[in-house]
Amino acid sequence: MATRPADIRPTRGWRLYDPRLAWLLLAPATLLIVCFLILPILVMAVYTFFTFITAGVEQSTPTLANWHEFLTDPYYHGFLFKTLRVGVVTSLICGVVGYFPAYFIWSTEFKHKWLLLLLLIVPFWISFTIRTFSWIHILGEEGLINVALLRLGLIDQPLQMLYTEGAVIMGMVHFLLPYMILNVYVSLENIDRTLISAARSMGCTNAQAFREVTLPLSLPGLAAGLLLCFVLAAGSYVTPQILGSGRDALFGNLIYDTIMGQLNWPMGATLSIVLFLVLGSVAALYTRYMGMSQIVKGLGG
Amino acid sequence: MPDRVTEPSDPRPLAAGVSAGASAGASAAPAVEFNDVQIAYGKFIAVHNFSLSIEKGSFVTLLGPSGCGKTTLLRAVAGLVGISSGQIAIGGRRIDDVPIYKRNIGLVFQNYALFPHKTVFDNVAFGLKYHNVPKADIAPRVARALEMVRLAGSERKLPSQLSGGQQQRIALARAIVFEPEVLLLDEPLSALDANMREEMRVEIKKIQKQTGITAIFVTHDQEEALSMSDRIVVMSAGKAEQIGSPTDVYDRPATTFVADFLGKANLLAATVKDRDAGGVSVTLSTGQTVRVATDRQVAAGDKVSVVVRPQKLAVGSELPNRLSGRVLSTSYLGSRIIYEIDLGQGSIIRANVAVVTEPVREGETIEVGFDPADCVLL
Repeated sequence: MATRPADIRPTRGWRLYDPRLAWLLLAPATLLIVCFLILPILVMAVYTFFTFITAGVEQSTPTLANWHEFLTDPYYHGFLFKTLRVGVVTSLICGVVGYFPAYFIWSTEFKHKWLLLLLLIVPFWISFTIRTFSWIHILGEEGLINVALLRLGLIDQPLQMLYTEGAVIMGMVHFLLPYMILNVYVSLENIDRTLISAARSMGCTNAQAFREVTLPLSLPGLAAGLLLCFVLAAGSYVTPQILGSGRDALFGNLIYDTIMGQLNWPMGATLSIVLFLVLGSVAALYTRYMGMSQIVKGLGG
Repeated sequence: MPDRVTEPSDPRPLAAGVSAGASAGASAAPAVEFNDVQIAYGKFIAVHNFSLSIEKGSFVTLLGPSGCGKTTLLRAVAGLVGISSGQIAIGGRRIDDVPIYKRNIGLVFQNYALFPHKTVFDNVAFGLKYHNVPKADIAPRVARALEMVRLAGSERKLPSQLSGGQQQRIALARAIVFEPEVLLLDEPLSALDANMREEMRVEIKKIQKQTGITAIFVTHDQEEALSMSDRIVVMSAGKAEQIGSPTDVYDRPATTFVADFLGKANLLAATVKDRDAGGVSVTLSTGQTVRVATDRQVAAGDKVSVVVRPQKLAVGSELPNRLSGRVLSTSYLGSRIIYEIDLGQGSIIRANVAVVTEPVREGETIEVGFDPADCVLL
C-alpha cells in the first residue's frame, strides 16, 4: 500500500476541489431557478387541469376540458399558426438584413471597430416601449409617411399601415436586429482569416472564397441569431399590443386576454404551456443540431 | 519605379543581369526572382531592396529572427501583401501585380489553415477544383497526394479528427496537389511538438525532392534551416545579411549577425597586428594574440572580430591559439561540457568541449585553444 502524501490528506473531511464544494457554490443559482422558474411552470402545468367555473373562479377538480378546447377549437390554432408565421418571417428578415452590417463591421479596416459595435447597443439605451411607440408617429394616419405622401399629392386617403401584421413585423425587426447582427458578427470574428488567404492562394476569387469559407463558417452564428429572433418574436407581447392593437394580436396577447380579460386562468395556463412547449421544442431542435454554445457566444460578444 | 507594361497577366521577362546570388549556369528562367524588392507599411520599411534568384527545384530558406521581414517577403510572393517597388517574377513571369488567385502557388501556414467544415478529401481537392481540373481526375490526384503524405484512407475525416502533425501533412498535400510552380512554407513546423517537428522536417524535404517543386521556407529555427535547405538567406531588419549554402553560412558567416544568429558563435573584438602568407595575427581586446587563417585583405591597425564556435575550442590542447580565463559556469552534459569563461575586460566566451579530464570547477582558471583554420575574421 502506498501512503498518501501529507499535503493532500483530507482537512476536516474536506479536500481542495471537493465535489461537494461545487454543489455548494451551485446551490444559490439552482435554488433560484427551481423556486422561481421550474416550480412556477409546474404550477402552471397543474393549473391546465383545473376546472373553469366562471370569470375569476376555478375548481381543482381535474379535467381535460382546457386541453380539449385548445386541441379542437380552430380559433386557437389560427393564433398559433399566425404567431409562428410572424416569428419565422421576422427572423428571416432579420437574418437577411442583419448579415450585411455584421459582415461590414467584421471586414472593415476602420480603426475604431468598437465604435461600430457600440452603435449596435445604443438603441438599448432607450426604453423598448418608447422605441415601439415611436413607430406610431411614423406609420400612423397622421404619421410621417402618410403626411408626406398626402402633401406630395401621391395619395388622397391615408394608408393603413399601423395596426397591421406588417407594422408588427417591422417593430420586431427593429427590436431584434442588433441581436442578429451581434450573433453573426461573433461567428465571423471566430473565423481564422488565414483560411481565406488559403482559399485565395488555391485559386478562389474574393466572391468564391466567401462562398466556400466565410459563409459556411458563419452559418452557426446566423442560425443562432435566427433562433433567438424567432423565439423572441413568437413570444412577444408588447410589440403586437402597441403596433397590432388587438387586430393583429399574437399568441402572447391571447394569453394576456384570456387571463386578464376573461379571468379564465385554467385556459390561460393551458395556452402558456402550449407556447412554452412549442418554443421549447424549436430551441431543443436547434440545440440538437447546432449546439447552444453559439448563442451564449453571441450574447457575450 | 520601373516602367509598367499594360497587361498584368502578360509574361514579362525581367531584365538580365539582376540575379544577385544566383548560382551560375542555370539555363532556364529562375523559378522565383526578386529584383530590388522593397516593402513598406506606411513609414515602416519591412523589406529593403531585396534581390534573390531561386533556381528551379531548389529549397531556399529565409532565416531570421521575428520581425526581420522574412514572412513579409513570403507573403509578397503569395500576393497577400503588395510590394512598394521592385519586381517579383515566378518562372520568368512578373507577378507582382497579378492577383493572388491567378498566381500558381502552394501555401502552407504555421497554423495549418485547413477548412474545418470540409473533409480531408474536400480540403485537398479544393485547389484542383479551382484550377479547373476535370472532375474525373480529382479523386485519383487527391489519393496520390494523400499517399505521398502517408495519410491515404483519411479522406472522409474532418481536420479536427486529426493530430497536429497529420493536419500539417494534409495542408502540405493540399498545397502540392495542383502542382503549383512554387511551394511557400510559412513556419510550418512551429506549431508542432519537438518530436513531430523532426519527423515533418524529413518528410517535407523528401516530398520536395520527390516532386522537384521549388520551395521557399520561412523559419526562425537555425536547425531547420541548416538541415533542409539548399540555400539559406539569413535576414535581419529587412535586409539579406548573407545568402549561401548551409555550410557557407555556418562555417563562413559574412557578418557578426550571421555568426551570432547561427549557433551563437563567440565574437572576439580584435585589432590586426600584422599579416603574412599564412594569415593574420590579431591582438584581442584582452591583450592575447591569436592567429587567423584568412585571405581577407586587412592592414595592421584595422578593427576586426574573430569568430570562434564554442565546439571548436579545446581545453589545454596543443593548439596554437590559446586563451585563458576564469570559469564562470560549468554545465556537465555527460559527453560534453559547456564552460562560460571570463577572459577579462568584459569578454566572455563559451566553450563546448569533449569530456577528457575532470571538469574544471567554477572560479578556477582554464586554458582553451583553437586552430587558426577554425575561426573566421570579420
